[in-house]
Amino acid sequence: MSTSAVISGAASTRLGKLEGSSVMSLHAEATRGALADAGLQLSDIDGVLCSYSITEPHMMMSSVFSEYVGLQPSYSAMVSAGGATGCLMVQTAKALIEQGGYRHILCVTADNRATGLPPGGAVAALTSFGHAQFEVPYGITIPACYGLVATRYLHEYGATMEQLAHFSVTQRAYAAQHPLAHMRKPVTLEQVCDSRLIAEPLRLLDCALISDGGGALVVSAGDAARDLPKPGIAVLGAGQKHTHEHISQAPSLTDFGCRQAAAQAFAQAGVKPADIDVAEVYDSFTITLLIELESIGFCQKGEAGLAAERGEFGPDGRLPLNTHGGLLSYGHCGAGGGMFHVIEAVQQLRGESGPRQVADADLAYVHGDGGILSAHTALVLGRA
Amino acid sequence: MTENPMDMKPVPAANADSRAFWEACNRQALTYQKCRACGHAQFYPRALCTACGKAELDWAEASGLGTVYTFTINHRAPTPAFKVDAPYVIALIDLDEGYRMMMNVINCALQDVSIGMRVRIAFEARGADGEQLIPQAEPA
Repeated sequence: MSTSAVISGAASTRLGKLEGSSVMSLHAEATRGALADAGLQLSDIDGVLCSYSITEPHMMMSSVFSEYVGLQPSYSAMVSAGGATGCLMVQTAKALIEQGGYRHILCVTADNRATGLPPGGAVAALTSFGHAQFEVPYGITIPACYGLVATRYLHEYGATMEQLAHFSVTQRAYAAQHPLAHMRKPVTLEQVCDSRLIAEPLRLLDCALISDGGGALVVSAGDAARDLPKPGIAVLGAGQKHTHEHISQAPSLTDFGCRQAAAQAFAQAGVKPADIDVAEVYDSFTITLLIELESIGFCQKGEAGLAAERGEFGPDGRLPLNTHGGLLSYGHCGAGGGMFHVIEAVQQLRGESGPRQVADADLAYVHGDGGILSAHTALVLGRA
Repeated sequence: MTENPMDMKPVPAANADSRAFWEACNRQALTYQKCRACGHAQFYPRALCTACGKAELDWAEASGLGTVYTFTINHRAPTPAFKVDAPYVIALIDLDEGYRMMMNVINCALQDVSIGMRVRIAFEARGADGEQLIPQAEPA
């Protein structure tokens, strides 16, 4: 009997400005959804992984959550690596099941950073990602960190911001077809290129949203998932690479740890980038996506902008990408942001994505990125 | 007059690793760590050398000259204190001694900042009484 871990349940809350939500109510809503999806009860869960909140931070979020929902798990820990958290939770849960003997691990992420903080609060809070002594005094923001990356990339490879704008347009069109997405109104190339400047060369519509919401997964032992209603999704390959935390310490500004993380995941799965049917790749900014697509191996260096312009990442392209709309349009609520990429991959592999469904989606690649292209986590997923 | 911390630009809080660096800034000297064992030039200050792992670090004084590696013109200030400056330039500066620092490029029109531009260090006072000088970059 196989004890290989599979993803047995996946669910997202609605994304957006969710008045009346709390950090824990969103955790609970995502959990209820994932349990229902898996056909499990809360009492079936023996391990819990939670992540962070900037609205209501706590050093023991997983204990806070379990207490809130009335659960007394046998394993409980916080797993936090920014946007890399979603894929990291899957990797951690898989190890707990395959090496620790746990049966059903709940991975849950949520935050209400859109309505739970005063105006501008999320931007101010996220500034603490910068180095307190050597970056924060210079008025750094997360978009500005990515602006530094974008300026250097454009200088070296000659891509244009108009090429990058295609990512925003394509993903908004996907989000328009997702009932839970934060931003569903289509945007044009002109609207992206005319949106207000945030951190040059990045404009508002090159940036992730700030949303309330949450996402949860249940990862189960293969034999424990056998009789569950939906097919388990197997983790065929996984990888990580961590090269720095602060952008001023990054070894390169045009090539990041996504390269090694992806190579490890592909090697473990025994597949190549060209074998992937659908990709969900962390897209905190359009430039993030451009750099990751190239480092992962979906495009040659310097060619992702041109590929976006040619429509290679849309419904009729060679690699449908961020088919839920990504952080740019589906929504971004912190650790949950990276979780939604995993959830969408699971739904695509099960054929549940409705109008966004990629035909014959057998193999999915998911990429998480935390910090400023600092922490990279990769998954190759397929039906068990 | 009382100051709201959010209305003041941050004053770096030195720790055991960085105290000598910030004290040198107040003498208008830009310093960095140099490994006695392997010669690696290191910034920010740490308790060990990231190249060889040895804890044999000396302080050296930099020329204060460097080159803009990349930059952004930041329009969205993180806190009210930076709003008065926006848009302002944040850059990564490669110092001639072989290490990198984040700084603002000041005393320069926004459109004149470019990759490869030569800069020199200028010190800016921070804190209610200007008690801490922090390094900034200006055209060389």
